[in-house]
Amino acid sequence: MTIAVWSGALEQGLLWAVMVLGVYLTFRVLDFPDLTIDGGFTLGAAVVTRFIIEGLNPLWGMIAAMFCGAAAGLVTGFLHTRLKIAPLLAGILTMIALYSINLRVMGSANLSLLRMETALTWIMNLGFNKACSAIILGAIAVIIVVIILYLFLNTEMGMAIRATGDNEQMIRTLGVNTDTMKIVGLSMGNALVALSGSMVAQYQGFADVGMGIGMIIMGLAAVIIGEALVGAKSLLRALIAVVIGSIIYRLVISVVLQIGLPTTDLKLFTAVIVTVALAFPVIKDSFRTKQMMRRVGNVEDTKG
Amino acid sequence: MLKILRVSKIFNPGSINEKVALQNISLHLQPGDVVNIIGSNGAGKTTVLNVVTGACPVNAGAILLKGQAIQSLPEHIRAAKMGRVFQDPLMGTAATMTIEENLALALRRGSRRRIRWGITTKDRALFRERLSLLGLELENRLKDKVGLLSGGQRQALTLLMATIATPQLLLLDEHTAALDPKTGEKVLKLTAKIIKAFQLTTLMVTHNLEQALQFGNRTVMMHEGRIILDLKGERRQRTSVKELLALFQQASGKTMDCDRLLLAK
Repeated sequence: MTIAVWSGALEQGLLWAVMVLGVYLTFRVLDFPDLTIDGGFTLGAAVVTRFIIEGLNPLWGMIAAMFCGAAAGLVTGFLHTRLKIAPLLAGILTMIALYSINLRVMGSANLSLLRMETALTWIMNLGFNKACSAIILGAIAVIIVVIILYLFLNTEMGMAIRATGDNEQMIRTLGVNTDTMKIVGLSMGNALVALSGSMVAQYQGFADVGMGIGMIIMGLAAVIIGEALVGAKSLLRALIAVVIGSIIYRLVISVVLQIGLPTTDLKLFTAVIVTVALAFPVIKDSFRTKQMMRRVGNVEDTKG
Repeated sequence: MLKILRVSKIFNPGSINEKVALQNISLHLQPGDVVNIIGSNGAGKTTVLNVVTGACPVNAGAILLKGQAIQSLPEHIRAAKMGRVFQDPLMGTAATMTIEENLALALRRGSRRRIRWGITTKDRALFRERLSLLGLELENRLKDKVGLLSGGQRQALTLLMATIATPQLLLLDEHTAALDPKTGEKVLKLTAKIIKAFQLTTLMVTHNLEQALQFGNRTVMMHEGRIILDLKGERRQRTSVKELLALFQQASGKTMDCDRLLLAK
């Protein structure tokens, strides 16, 4: 493998890791399969691109993207907790609504940032090449987000959010309004997703209305890979696992692309990876049972 | 202390599955009362606890706690004043979180969850002290995940969690029923110790008739959503398990149809 493949995986892995941390927060910590993420990622990209094209500061654009993402999470949380819409459906509704909103923000299906001043060009102006700059931008964001998430999840509120995902009935009997915790968790998760989208748009040099499709599954793939390889024994370890999972997922993708998989088949490939990972425990169990049955059968055979 | 006034609870009203769980029941608890609730399956014992905590809203009647009407408050607001232990040891604790995290969540029952450190050094000292009361050596395992503990250990921990922020009311829902007899007895002894130490007013659902006559100071029997017997004082002391069974048959006009109650002798 060439150094470019490694570098590419690291760049993308870090920039997308912030999104994966958002998926981790909603899917794993809160136990909420949140499809808002597909729309929220594009929303972040759309908002930052609009900011930059209007000549505003990219940094403010990224902050605005986070707030917009949080608002999207808030809507999903409202649909689920107040209107009692099932989690998956609540997320899909927000995602579909965001498709129109994203088009409105962008004004067209595709918006280019060619030769514009972005957070990435700032770093490049310090004398780094594009790859290096992307790694620096991604690393700064990932480090800040991991530290803040780790600290937050150890606060009273953060612990209540974790307990909401673990045992909702129990934490309600301990006097916590689980609806509020879900809304806070969903907002934070989607703020991270939108931040990641805003960085990816600057890295790619454009925002596209379809760029968020399948983001939840990519995030999930990264979370599962990270948990399998690094483990989730402690909270900090779980967060670091998510980041490493994101980088390894990108590495796998680069490798299969190098081998000759067409880019258009990537989503199919990712869906298969996630399916296998999710089905793995079931397959392992049935395999074990079969093996045991066979052994029992053999014993009877020798007796007979 | 706790006044349940003419409370009725009907599940699925107006449908084919309509079930009257509580029929116009009233029950008054004095401060320090430890009340055992017995009755066959479907008598409404757990529903009484659920309407008190707010897990089920009532259809009619009022519930007063220290004079304050609470029947229309949401569950998480009422939770500030009551601790609860469920029958299922898995229900009272968060398995993926550590022992100290579970206790810290319980210690802040009733206060707002803020953005400030979830566990302080002072908390840890309190947790160690309380955990040592259990005699399960859990005080040295603060950072272990609760999922690693046995059912009995988890139930003992839940009991501690229900009482670490002293509640006005302790609700126990057959909390020893899912444990093996030896562990169950240990948890019950612990319960008595904690109730005594903090002088807790308690409502306990049980299936064990002998236990229902010995534990606490009152025994209430329910049948088909009504309270059919309320034993206390001298009369309760004179009552034997056999008499209790006979009283049930007399009051309900039926034979005791629950194997568990009979076997519990």
